Amino acid sequence: MSLLNQTWTILWKDIRCELRSKQMWAGMGLFALLVLVIFNFAFDLRVDNQAAVAPGALWVAFVFASFLGLGRTIAAEREHGSFDRLLLCPVDRKAIYLAKLLGNVLFIGVVEIVALPVFAMLFNVPFAAAGLIPIVILGTLGIASVGTLFSAMAATTRARELLLPILVFPLIVPIVIASVRATGSLMIVTTNEPPWLGLIAAFDAIFLSLSTVLFEHVIEE
Amino acid sequence: MSNPYLELNNVQKSFGLKPVLRGVDLTLNAGERMALLGANGAGKTTLLRILAGLIRPGGGRVTIGGLDLREQAREVQRRVGFVAHQPYLYDDLTALENLLFFARMYALEQPRQRAEALLQRVGLGKRSRERAGSLSRGQLQRLALARALLHTPDLLLLDEPETGLDQEGLALLAELLHEHQARGGTLLFTTHDLESAPGRCDHVALLSRGRVAYQQEATSLEREDMLRVYQEVAR
Repeated sequence: MSLLNQTWTILWKDIRCELRSKQMWAGMGLFALLVLVIFNFAFDLRVDNQAAVAPGALWVAFVFASFLGLGRTIAAEREHGSFDRLLLCPVDRKAIYLAKLLGNVLFIGVVEIVALPVFAMLFNVPFAAAGLIPIVILGTLGIASVGTLFSAMAATTRARELLLPILVFPLIVPIVIASVRATGSLMIVTTNEPPWLGLIAAFDAIFLSLSTVLFEHVIEE
Repeated sequence: MSNPYLELNNVQKSFGLKPVLRGVDLTLNAGERMALLGANGAGKTTLLRILAGLIRPGGGRVTIGGLDLREQAREVQRRVGFVAHQPYLYDDLTALENLLFFARMYALEQPRQRAEALLQRVGLGKRSRERAGSLSRGQLQRLALARALLHTPDLLLLDEPETGLDQEGLALLAELLHEHQARGGTLLFTTHDLESAPGRCDHVALLSRGRVAYQQEATSLEREDMLRVYQEVAR
């Protein structure tokens, strides 16, 4: 059975379980919308400060909503016998990581699809969707790749909800900064900006490779 | 011991600083059944979890069907079925979906036919569309047995398999184990039932404080001897 088939089988199982339990999507989506609404009322949005505030509000909503989901995917697997259900099967451990990663990207992605139109409406941001899509996809991939690895580590501890952000935040800071700046550059044309999208892609590649290799050691002991 | 299927040499395992297995040596031939006895905390479950490939031994060597567990873990897992205290099922999936998932993970051919046939065999045919989370403890144990037998393993590891089963379930378990052995399958199970264990196996091993304290063929076993040793080591 190929790595792709194994990954798809685990992902299919996770999607089906989530569609039945609805524990993750509902919480993440509500949280993201709540953050956007609060930010919208908290700041006095004028045309001149819109570009400074709006990208930050968007990524705060995405990052914090992601943490709700990241902790949940692995914690759900750890319930009733830790990772044993999957580890019992003769599958490549990379497939488990990739399936969990894709699941997280998918779950966060759905929340983003719901939150983005609300964001555009509340913040009155008429930016081109085509430019934002690669930023959101790459930013989400970076957050999910690190988050999936560390949520597997944190899931073995009692204080996993506390530990996960402490472990992950410092690592995803470059991705979050680059995502915020890249989103901001869509709203105001700036010169001499670093290639933020390329930076996010580079971090994604590094985190993805390292996490795929390290995941096996994290879950097996 | 002409055809050893399972061989353990000086298997050790510690959790942190606490040693759980202190050098276990066991041999089991293909097609034979062994009952693993021992008091709570003797290391029985840890030993089975090592053999199932769920945790790595800290030291020693395990070979299953001629394969080294450390070197060829995935290949070994294809040959091993494990029923633990936990059923290792997904509450949000139906009984059929659970078996289909594991059948696909083992890359079985015709997974649906295999899963449906096994559900019928364990008496859950009519409950195949019900979520595992809604099944009773005994039904979950039947489903766990079906999961463990799904890929027709050569070696079956059962950790107190009677848990939660009613009389009908116990009879089913005996039938399934008989069929497994008739196929030439090897069986290692743990139990606390000292009275009936020798009658259900070919060998009895008694684990105490992470070591094999007593091992005997069931046919030549002196029940009083075994009970005396058990009383001594279980203290």
